[in-house]
Order: sequence, then structure tokens, then C-alpha cells
Amino acid sequence: MTDIATMPRPVSFGRRLKRIMADRPLIPLIILLIILVVILQILRPGIVNERWLANTAKFAIPLAILAGCQTMTMLTGGIDLSVGTVATMSAFIMATQIVNQDPAVAFLLAMLPAMLIGLVNGVGVGVFRVHPLIMTLGTSLIGTGFLQVYQRTVIASGAKIPDFLNWLGTGVTYGFPNALLLFVPVAVLIVFMLNRTGFGRLLYAVGDNERAARLSGVRYWQVITALYVLSSLLAGITGLLYIGLIKAPSLSLAEPLVLPSVAAAVIGGTSIFGGRGGYTGTIIGALILTVLTTLLTILQMPEGGRRILFGFIVLFVTAAYLRIVEDR
Amino acid sequence: MTTNPLLDATGVAKNYGAVAALRNASLSVPPGEVHALMGANGAGKSTLVKILTGAIKADAGRILIRGKQLDVRSPADARRAGLLPVYQEPSLIPDLDVLSNLRLTGTPVEPFRAWVRELGIPDLDIRETARNIPLAILRVLDLARALAVEPDVLLLDEMTAALPANLAEKVLEVVRRQGDAGRSVIFISHRFVEISALCDRATVLRDGSTVGVVDIEPGIEERIVEMMLGTRIEKTRVAARAANDVAVAAGGRPRLSVRNLQLGTKLNDVSFDLANGEVVGVFALEGQGQDELFAALAGSIRPTGGTIDVDGAPVKFSHPSDAIQAGIAYVPGDRTEALAMQRSVRENIALPFSAGLRKWGPIRMRREQVVVSGAIGRLQIDTRAQGEVQRLSGGNQQKVTIARWIAANARTILCFDPTRGIDVGTKQEIYKLLRELAGQGKSVLFYTSEMEEVQRVCDRVIVIFGGRVVDTFSVEEADEPALMRAAYGLPRGARADVGILAEVKPASDAEAAS
Repeated sequence: MTDIATMPRPVSFGRRLKRIMADRPLIPLIILLIILVVILQILRPGIVNERWLANTAKFAIPLAILAGCQTMTMLTGGIDLSVGTVATMSAFIMATQIVNQDPAVAFLLAMLPAMLIGLVNGVGVGVFRVHPLIMTLGTSLIGTGFLQVYQRTVIASGAKIPDFLNWLGTGVTYGFPNALLLFVPVAVLIVFMLNRTGFGRLLYAVGDNERAARLSGVRYWQVITALYVLSSLLAGITGLLYIGLIKAPSLSLAEPLVLPSVAAAVIGGTSIFGGRGGYTGTIIGALILTVLTTLLTILQMPEGGRRILFGFIVLFVTAAYLRIVEDR
Repeated sequence: MTTNPLLDATGVAKNYGAVAALRNASLSVPPGEVHALMGANGAGKSTLVKILTGAIKADAGRILIRGKQLDVRSPADARRAGLLPVYQEPSLIPDLDVLSNLRLTGTPVEPFRAWVRELGIPDLDIRETARNIPLAILRVLDLARALAVEPDVLLLDEMTAALPANLAEKVLEVVRRQGDAGRSVIFISHRFVEISALCDRATVLRDGSTVGVVDIEPGIEERIVEMMLGTRIEKTRVAARAANDVAVAAGGRPRLSVRNLQLGTKLNDVSFDLANGEVVGVFALEGQGQDELFAALAGSIRPTGGTIDVDGAPVKFSHPSDAIQAGIAYVPGDRTEALAMQRSVRENIALPFSAGLRKWGPIRMRREQVVVSGAIGRLQIDTRAQGEVQRLSGGNQQKVTIARWIAANARTILCFDPTRGIDVGTKQEIYKLLRELAGQGKSVLFYTSEMEEVQRVCDRVIVIFGGRVVDTFSVEEADEPALMRAAYGLPRGARADVGILAEVKPASDAEAAS
């Protein structure tokens, strides 16, 4: 098997193109994104303007951060389905606690469940070897339950969206959405972490070959626990941003973002089997999904038809992308 | 021979790509004979067995059963033809109970029960789930299941391995009676004691060809060893390694000192030392406990008894990182076990640098680059295929697994068969590298299944048989006949006409009993 890989092969143009695509997997993604924007412009001339761009960015950012959680966990061969619940919890707690509490205290209270759920996820997956899908689905359900209990206790106090989150979620300065102030550092941090830190290396190594990582002295549980805590904290912060955008705290606030966040990471070229992928692809994946949603909205299809089409396109894009990029 | 053979295979050949696993194997077994099939590692025993039982298809050759040409295409075909194997690994499906397992293969239950009792297990609950049955019993059940359908030819692969003495005795007795009842048994074993007690004749394989068929009689083991070695029998003399003997003498305290290491039934009372600047070879036939020895030293599994001292201080490893902390690195024989195949050469080599919690922060890329390219240069890894390790050739992948520990500057390297399946040129480079490491005062424990490597690389060699260290040779003494004899558990320097088997017996009994 390994010998075949080194044998010289006649190199056709298609093959060379494939090689280029395999080495630079972002190129086909960017092309797809551009094609989608062009289609949008053709269908509705003039729609692509400054305001549309800012709006698209605003909606893509929470999705992209949650997709970052999925990217990191998927690199280790895992997944984090609790991000929706975690984001909802921190948003809801923030909105209710801000009424009576100091903003800093409210923030800490809001991040506490994120921390806890992340820790439980990490210990469950890393130490007790529960499958990440089951583990995070379980903690997600538990979290939702707690939130319902919590809702009853605060029902009298009412809720409000802090001005700062309002500004961050919806505000636009000089044509740039304020959310970029949060997103750019987060994105840079994730990309840097994945490529230039020991922890990032370990995520790839653990996902690619856990045995090899172990033989190199890596303690799996440490990596996994840290990973799921980090993922949950990011999800919590996303919740705060998202409540500023949606402005209506509810018990299923961020839930609709969970599966698209997985889809964004997959479209962005991160393998759900681990060891392969990166965050830049995921960001473009989130943009593609957001533009796609707009596109389907202006087609004025009924909701059902739109969902069906959305599903098909996600499937098709992912399959096609893997065919293009995978070089075997 | 007057009787027609029950099974008669001639000219059997099998190629895997360019590699010939079998060239020209033949095996002929008349009715009523217990026939041993012997050969060193890689001689083609398992390939021949797989072909006979229909697991794989031969490229050439003729297989006759009771004089009729037979085209065995699947294990079911072989079963119908009356040829039944019992493999080393238990074949009952773990999640089904014994009865369901019997139904699965259409085995009659009553004869099965009778055989189970016969084989020394009076109280088997046939409703028991296979998973809950101890390994030794499972193997006996496998045998009983085969016997119950009254096969003409029974194929036993290392049947008595992992069996306690009382069961092993029963098994051998039953097998012997099969022969007496006019059925044939093909018996694969590394144990001369059993073979001499049980078998009538033996077929010896070497490099994929049958090199001889002999009657089992006292003293025959020497001839069999000779045949397994072939022309390589002449003694090769090696000059004592001068360069690093100095380093050995200087240290005094051994780098690694293993005493009475025990691991279940796999390792028994293993003791040896590894000095600084020394390459110690470990030679053994397959499955004699060498895997467990390396895993225990690497911190992958915990020994059940005995001590390991590093630089004179006792250590207990609970995770490979503990061993690495102590400067002991393990290079597994299987490259897919050691490499993150989708990652780059650089990341693979630098992997141990990021392992510890304190090293999770930003990587100093410049410094890493220097260290990694140093290791790449030292091993002359061909990194034209930069992107992913999986695009490298096997030899280069193997080099990466070693380069990792050169870069990490490990003081002791445990190399498990590092030259398996790679080209000759790369092998030479690896030999040279290991010697260089020893020259720098590092120590290497080197398991190999190829005898010639012992003399090329090692200062000393320990031979393991049945989970015990049966002998230790200096490199000058470690010629191939000596190694081969030791690997088969034959005592050193015994003459052909002396009762070797009588001497070996007590040891093997004690081992089986423990």
C-alpha cells in the first residue's frame, strides 16, 4: 500500500488539478462561495451591497464560532452536540441575571454552566470513554432540563438584553458589524492554536491515531477534557453574542444552530473521523451555509421545500468536495 | 508408503505481489498419522494452513483429498471435504452462548458434549456465553467442536499454547487417539516435547518450500533445526565489537535492569540487564511473550510481578509517558501503530515535544525546525512527499518512527522488529543507526525475527521461549544454529544422541502449570 504511493505515475492535467486542490482545499470552497453570491446577485440584482454583506456576516459569525467548537472536537474524532444548549443557557442566564446583578457577576453566572457541561463532557469522553455523540447529547438534554427548572424560578424577575450585547450583536460601525470585534480575535486564536501550539498538534494527533499519540506520551484524557471545556466556553460566549442578535431569550435559542454548525465544519473540510481539517475552511463553510439560506429565502419557497433543498445541497456539496479534495 | 494419503498437497505456491509467501510446498498425510508441520518464522506455515482450509487461494499447486482433486474455495468447502482447522485464536462468537455457536456451524451437540468431557471438562454449562469462558477452556471447546463432526483431517495450530498442564495432557492424549483411530492430524507446534510425544512424521518448511519430511525419532530435533536453517548452517564468526565495549564497562550500573518480570501467563520470570552503549537483541519465535515484554517496558501494560530498574532506581510505569520520562522510547513494529498518517513528517517527529501538559503552549517553530531537520538528515528520510506521512514509502515511514526518538534524544530505544517489510538499503541504514546510537552511549533493546540481524546489530542476544528467557548469547556465540535451537527451547550444546527431551520436560511442565 505504501509502496504504491511512491511509484511514479503519469500526471494528467486533471490529476495535477486534483493535487492542487488537495494541497489547497480552500480554493474550491471559495469558488463555491463566489458562485453562490453570483447566483444571488443574478436572481435579485442589487441585493449584494454593503448592508447585505454586514448582515450576512452578523448571522454567519455565531454559526462560525459554534462550527469552531465542532471543528476542534471533530479533529479528535469527536463532536459536541451540547453547544446549542450551552449557548442557550448562558444567553438565558445572562438575560435574566442582568436584571438584578452586576454585569460582571451576571457574566460569570452565565459562563458557569458552560464550564460545568464542558467539564462533564470532557471527563465522560476522555476518562470514561463514552462516545462523544452520546455524551454531549446527554449533557445537552440534562442542560435543557435544568434550564426549564431555572426558568420557573426567575419567571417573575423578567429578562432584558444588556445594551453592550445589543451593540455587539447587531451594531454596525463604519459598515463593519461590531461582532467582528469578538469574532476576529476568536478566529485568530483558534487558527493559531490549531497550527502553532502543542495543544493544537495534539488534537490532530489524537484524532489521527490515538495509539500513536499514547506511545508518544500523550495522555488522552487531559487533551480531551481541556478540549471539551474550551468548546463549551466558546459556545457560552457565542450564546451571549447570539442573544444580542436575536434579542428574544427563549429555551431553544441556539438549538437551530447545532446541526448547521456540524455541517459548516464538514463542508469546510474537517473530517468527522478526526485528524484532518482546519478552522479557515470552517469559516468559509459557515459563510456558504448563511448565503445558501438567504438564497433559499428569496426563492420564496415554502418552508418545507426550502429545508428539503437545503439538506440536498449540503449533502451534495460535502460529497462533491470530498471527491475533489481527497487524493488517494 | 502403501496406503494412499488422505491429504496430498504438492507444489503449492502463493505470491503476495512480488513477495513469494509459498514457493513449492508439499504436504502428504496418510490416514492414521499425526503429522507435524514445522518451520521458522516466515517459512510459510500459516500460508499453507490458510490455503488448505480454504481461507485463501493458492496461485499454483495441486491438493488431493483421498485421491480426489479438490478445489477448496472457502472454509465451508474445506469443511465439507473433511478438513477442519482449530486456530490459535478462539473462534466461538463471544456474544453467543456455546449452544448457539454450535448451531451456527451445524455441530451435533451430543458428540460435542462427549468430547468436552473426554477433554477433561466435566461441568461445562452449554448455555454459558462464550465471552465469560476462560481462554484455555475456549480453546478446548474449539477442539471439541471440530472433533464432534468427525473430520478426516484435523488441523491444529499451536493447540497447546495457553493451556494449563492437565488440559494440555488430555488434549494430546485425544489427538494421539485420533491418529490411532485412522484419522489424520496436522499438528503445528514450536514445542519439540509435544511433537516427539505425539507425531509420527514431520514436514519442514523453509522459505516457502518443503525441505524435508522426517520420521520422528529420538535425536531428530537436531536434523529438523538443520533443515529449518538450510545452507545457513555454517558458523559465521563475528569480530567482537570493540568500539563501545569501553562505554559498557565505564557505566557500571545498568541502564535498564529487569528482574523476575511476570505478566499473566505470557511472561514468566524474565530477567536481564541492558547497559549504556549496548544493543541487546531479543530473539524469539512468534508469540513467545516478546510483545508483552516490550509493552511492559514501554509502560503500555502493567506487569503482574517483578521489578524494572532504570539507572539503579526502581520504576513503575502506568502510562507510556512515564517510560518516556525515564528516557525509554518504544518503536513498535507496526508503523500504523506509531504514526499519525495524515500528518506531516515534521509533526510526527515533533509529536513527543507537545505531549506534556506544560508544553501545550505556542511552539517555537524555528527551534523545532532545527531539531526535526537534524533528525531527518541523520536518518536520511526522503521527504519529497512533504504533506502526509502516508505518502511516504514503508522504509521512510519506519525511519520517521525512529527519527522521532532521535529528535527527542531518548536514552533507551526499544525497537520491535524495525526492519519488517522494508527494503534492504533501508535495513542497512537502520542497522548502522542503531550501532551509532550505541556508540554514543545510548542503549537499544532490539527484537528481531531475522537471525542474521542479531549478528549485524547486537552485542548480546537473549532468547525467549514460552515467556521465559531460555538463553543468553554474546554475539560471537550467536550463530544461527545456536539461536534456532534456543528459540525452540532446546538446551545449548546438547548432542543429537542424548535425551534432550528428558531434560527439557520439567521446565515446560512447570511453565504450563503456572
